[in-house]
Amino acid sequence: MKPIALLGRTVLGLLAAIGRIALYGIDAISHVVRPPFYGREFASALLNIGWLSLPVVGLTAVFTGGALALQIYAGGSRFNAEAVVPQIVAVGMVRELGPVLVGLMIAARVTSSIAAEIATMKVTEQIDALVTLSTHPMKYLTVPRVLAATLVVPLLVGVGDIIGIFGGYAVATGTLGFNPAAYIRNTVNFLEPLDVISSLTKGAVFGFAAALMGCFHGMNSGRGAMGVGRATKTAVEGAAILILAANFVLTGVFFSL
Amino acid sequence: MIKMENIHKSFGSNHVLRGLNLDVPKGTSMVIIGGSGTGKSIAIKCVLGLVTQDEGTIYVDGKDAADTTDRDAFLARFGMLFQGAALFDSLPVWQNVAFRLLRGSLKRPKEEARDIAIEKLRRVGLKPDVADRLPAELSGGMQKRVGLARAIAAEPEIIFFDEPTTGLDPIMSGVINDLIREIVVEMGATAMTITHDMTSVRAIADNIAMLHDGVIQWTGPVADMDSSGNPYLEQFVHGRAEGPIESVR
Repeated sequence: MKPIALLGRTVLGLLAAIGRIALYGIDAISHVVRPPFYGREFASALLNIGWLSLPVVGLTAVFTGGALALQIYAGGSRFNAEAVVPQIVAVGMVRELGPVLVGLMIAARVTSSIAAEIATMKVTEQIDALVTLSTHPMKYLTVPRVLAATLVVPLLVGVGDIIGIFGGYAVATGTLGFNPAAYIRNTVNFLEPLDVISSLTKGAVFGFAAALMGCFHGMNSGRGAMGVGRATKTAVEGAAILILAANFVLTGVFFSL
Repeated sequence: MIKMENIHKSFGSNHVLRGLNLDVPKGTSMVIIGGSGTGKSIAIKCVLGLVTQDEGTIYVDGKDAADTTDRDAFLARFGMLFQGAALFDSLPVWQNVAFRLLRGSLKRPKEEARDIAIEKLRRVGLKPDVADRLPAELSGGMQKRVGLARAIAAEPEIIFFDEPTTGLDPIMSGVINDLIREIVVEMGATAMTITHDMTSVRAIADNIAMLHDGVIQWTGPVADMDSSGNPYLEQFVHGRAEGPIESVR
């Protein structure tokens, strides 16, 4: 009976955690539209999540785009379809790899930093201090970060898509002998508005999930250094899983359109 | 001014407060003493609403604190110095001190808030050049002083001090104790301090309350502390291993 009891406890614990995160998310959304608003914190979150993530997003996208071009060329050459490199790089980056890789990089960079920062604030009583200073931690800490991530990650995804396509372009025209003008023309002609819309929508959802998980686990951190470490690890794991699960659902939704 | 009636609080099977009763008259300085883990900080956090008691009622000025509708106004009456100062790492010292004055119902123009912060820093013995530093650049004693300046910045009616001298050397402890006493007298504030430092108790207290086993074992004026006849208080004051308080907890 022990393994079954253990399994039951694990499943119930998981469902309870999902419920708590969902309620936290709803609470965060409800606070977005209720004053007071902390503009300075929002601007700071925009800078940290958006601007300062550009290098890592750019590098991830350019290498992925380049590698994708090589793989498609190698695979396509097996049935004389090398010419589809521009189209497949474009659709692969925009619809799938761009949003997912940017989302995962944001989970690694932003979720971890948010969770560690808020968890440290909790264990050092800074969250309690905020409350005694008549400042709601949800409004001051969570809302600016979640709102900033939801707004700025789609932009990062857009930039990542462009840089990824450029990576493919650089490899294809530099080493695979593609004509630069034809490559750009094929890319532009092949992409549809829905591809871009799905990419940006995924970015918004992934940004929301990444920041929410960081805030939730930071706020619910245990005590001491171990508590902070565990909160950070759980936040990144949770954000990555949530991003991949949301990607599957959203891909299905956009695929059916 | 603050009346705590039959406060109970448990964390799982750990019953921290088991019917705490305490009365803190207006304008007095009450020091709660007791061993580590006896629920002193929890008692203060219950008053502020940071922790919700399982049972019992807390009255502030005769009104049930749980019935407060304007939480912002309620909290604006309090200042608190946390054990580790709890300064916000990302903000410079002056913005920590003026935090309440830069937002919310007590918001002032930035320059005015900064001037008040510098004045409060001066009041706790820190020079204006500290104002633009980050908390991480300060020593433990300086951080405690900044925390004290933040606690008094909005001139609250009630100030809580949680272990104000923990981790400080005896000289800095003396400085902090003197500052607390001066500020409380000067502002006419009601103060509640948590400590197990007997030097602080004698320097700060008008009245003391001995907390053990989740209830107040003895309360009275600090002058009566040495002749209380209460075995818990006597053991604690004299730091004896033998007595009703178990040394192994």
